[in-house]
Amino acid sequence: MLLNQFLLLSAILFCIGVYGVIVRKNGVLVLMSIELILNAVNINLVAFSTMHGLGGQVFALFAIAIAAAEVGVGLAIVLLIYRNKRSIDVDELDELKG
Amino acid sequence: MSPLFAAAAETTFDVPANVVFAVTAVFMIAAAIRMVTTKNIVHAALWLVVVLGGVGINYLLLQAEFVAITQFLVYLGAIVVLFLFGIMLTRAPLGVSDDLDNNQKWVGIGTSLLLLLVIGYSVIETWGKDKLTFEAFQGVAEANTNGRTQAVSDTIFGQYLIPFEMISVLLLAALIGAIVLARRD
Repeated sequence: MLLNQFLLLSAILFCIGVYGVIVRKNGVLVLMSIELILNAVNINLVAFSTMHGLGGQVFALFAIAIAAAEVGVGLAIVLLIYRNKRSIDVDELDELKG
Repeated sequence: MSPLFAAAAETTFDVPANVVFAVTAVFMIAAAIRMVTTKNIVHAALWLVVVLGGVGINYLLLQAEFVAITQFLVYLGAIVVLFLFGIMLTRAPLGVSDDLDNNQKWVGIGTSLLLLLVIGYSVIETWGKDKLTFEAFQGVAEANTNGRTQAVSDTIFGQYLIPFEMISVLLLAALIGAIVLARRD
């Protein structure tokens, strides 16, 4: 197995996730796309850990834990936005726009 | 695609691993594209399950069993359910809805293709023909013990002990923060 095949797969998943973050309007779908990006990064970390020691796997585990925390807080924020505005379209949240 | 699968078998493990990789990669990419384009928000969460499962299978191919099991437990078991709860609690439109995307589709396609071009070129330039060696695991695995998981736990609780403790504090903070944010008062 080449190292490159994992890196390219992860690059493709990363770019699809970036597309989702740009294009999606629903807050929950944006969070899902962010999960896709984090998973692509984790594939990279684990692929490099086969060559450079186990630190990569440990960092992938840390990234999984942080992603879980991020989803918890992110969904709480989305719920709060829904409760205040009755909508979770991220395009409508433009109060800071001058 | 030719450099991607050019690793013709030198050891017997390579052929089945490459076949499994090719199949899961095709499924993952197709599911990821469906996830960001589908009009049905619940289907998006279910396509996410396919991608996350494929990532777990890739961890198994990379001989990272502990990370794979954690992926299955945490992502497939917890995070997807959390997403489904989020969809339910925000009263998202069940069924087909045309209101999930904004009007910046071509900006998104352009940006992600440009990013893919840059990352792909630099990756192919830098690691053109590097083979996976799995050298880090040799000498650790002993007979009848799960050597790799043992090595991972040695690394976590040795070299990375302080980051590990920081993670526990971070999870506690996130837990309290989520409760405070979502509480009705």
